[in-house]
Amino acid sequence: MAVTTALPRDLDAVVGAPMSYWRTVGWRLARDPATLVAGALLALIALSALLAPWLAPYDPNAGSIRLRLAPVGAPAHVLGTDEQGRDMLSRLLWGGRMTLVAGLTPVLVAFVVGTALGVLAGYVGGLTNTLVMRTMDIFYAFPAVLLAIAISGALGPGLPNTLISLSIVFVPRVVRVAESATVQVKSLEYVAAARASGAGLGAIVRHHLLANVLGPILVFSSTQVSLSIILAAGLSFLGLGVTPPAAEWGLMLNTLRQSIYVNALVPALPGLAIFITSMAFNLLSDGLRDAMEIRA
Amino acid sequence: MSAARVGAAPLLQVRGLRKHFPLRGGVLQRTQAWVRAVDDVSFDVYPAETLGIVGESGCGKSTLARLILKLIEPNDGTVRFDGEDVRGASADRMKRLRRDMQLVFQDPYASLNPRLTIEDAVAFSLLVHGTSRAEARERARALLGRVGLDPRLYGRRYPHELSGGQRQRVNIARALVLDPRLLVLDEPVSALDKSVQAQVLNLLAGLKAERALTYVFISHDLNVIEYVSDRVLVMYLGEIVETGTADALAQAPKHPYTQALFASAPSLDPEHRLERPPLSGDPPNPINPPSGCRFRTRCAFAMPRCATSAPALRAVGAAHDVACYLYEADAVIEAPAR
Repeated sequence: MAVTTALPRDLDAVVGAPMSYWRTVGWRLARDPATLVAGALLALIALSALLAPWLAPYDPNAGSIRLRLAPVGAPAHVLGTDEQGRDMLSRLLWGGRMTLVAGLTPVLVAFVVGTALGVLAGYVGGLTNTLVMRTMDIFYAFPAVLLAIAISGALGPGLPNTLISLSIVFVPRVVRVAESATVQVKSLEYVAAARASGAGLGAIVRHHLLANVLGPILVFSSTQVSLSIILAAGLSFLGLGVTPPAAEWGLMLNTLRQSIYVNALVPALPGLAIFITSMAFNLLSDGLRDAMEIRA
Repeated sequence: MSAARVGAAPLLQVRGLRKHFPLRGGVLQRTQAWVRAVDDVSFDVYPAETLGIVGESGCGKSTLARLILKLIEPNDGTVRFDGEDVRGASADRMKRLRRDMQLVFQDPYASLNPRLTIEDAVAFSLLVHGTSRAEARERARALLGRVGLDPRLYGRRYPHELSGGQRQRVNIARALVLDPRLLVLDEPVSALDKSVQAQVLNLLAGLKAERALTYVFISHDLNVIEYVSDRVLVMYLGEIVETGTADALAQAPKHPYTQALFASAPSLDPEHRLERPPLSGDPPNPINPPSGCRFRTRCAFAMPRCATSAPALRAVGAAHDVACYLYEADAVIEAPAR
């Protein structure tokens, strides 16, 4: 067989352009089995929540006094009914919407606000840093649950107020991570090199700071989603979150807890849903953290 | 070299530069002491010469580099580039001035953004100065080729895929892409292996000749300094103790510290084995430097007057200045033979 040794005309085609950082992370994520399982699970939960109006076999708020606390596997009610005779499957599907919104929104808000504040405080330093960070410390001094209860208590029940109070809980945490990452990156020589080339604040923040601090902030924020879901459920459980009769997993857990001696399995269902969802988020953020640790 | 000195106006003029860093402590973060990193430093750099700055680590070399480029503000003193006051320059002027003065950093790992391809890292400076994206990319790739990194192979690689020597080449390309006239090199080869050092030094020498560059070359390595420099400036604890041509300093160092530095360089000649270390101990703490001459605590020739006042730089030869009482006209002690 003849061996040709001619140099290829296009070197790029041989060497291959290396993938950008985020594409590499995506590629590595797609090869981690735990992440794949967690991702699939979350996709399923999100999809079922999204399609609740079409998937739910019954009106989640329509009860039937005669059919209260039907066991799992009862005819016509696959997952049984709650203490008012409402179909559990329908309520779990509808409740997933509330729970996901309550879990994701505060973390998303905290991610945006916290990154902005943290990068600002970290890069500018001085008095700005002191003002921002010490204010955050005040919020940080309270345990998360206590702070959420206090703010929700002051604002009153309801989903919007829950979202506000949880956002306030998570912003200081993200600010801390963003600030410490920024301070660390700021002292590196490539930032000094950018300044020496005459780059302004905007260009430095966009190309040199954000690109290098977003990773750790993203990983940290993703670990907070499960906590946010649990806190939101906790607030509903205490009557400070979503108001009845709306379906929400924490609230369902609360109203069903008296029935636990009558039918143990049905009241456990919303707890199980919370557990699986927050577990999946934790696995996903673990996978994200591993995938982003690219060092050669 | 002295030839560069005749007639030409200095490209860079540094006068009385001073930088003291506050050391804060306690609950109220009050300033408790000052680190005298750079203390009353003055020198000139002439077009097309290489000025070497040598000294032990911690003597303020890197701080001096950052002061020249206005990456940190001095407490006192002036820096003039081509006659223009750098310290007082407006933001607009400063952005223009930055095209003329660039810095190559010491650490090849911390000095490249891990999220930018090396092509983008080099092109970034051009984009900052309003060059179009396509042209910036083109010029960055051309320059990468000039520093020995084929842009087709390396242009779209990330820094972690390159070796230390390759990264330092990228750093040099980044510093040169704006076509500066002055390049401040802060320990550009000290993080590299000996063999790679030689390659990078030769690259720097080639670029200097091609582009009529002026270098301020900072290093703690006397061999490197002697090899690259026309004139050398010896620093000790934030002060200049001796300046002269590289040849004059190598042949007849005057200051006891310079003598000790040259004596400490290992010799290959068995007749010149070192009997005992020429300098012992670490430099004193720059937080509370010794009174008078800062070198007196480690100096074999220290006199009582060294403790009371600091000697000023005085000429001991053509373009050769030293700050030491041994060379005063009324010096009691014979100048030490090398």
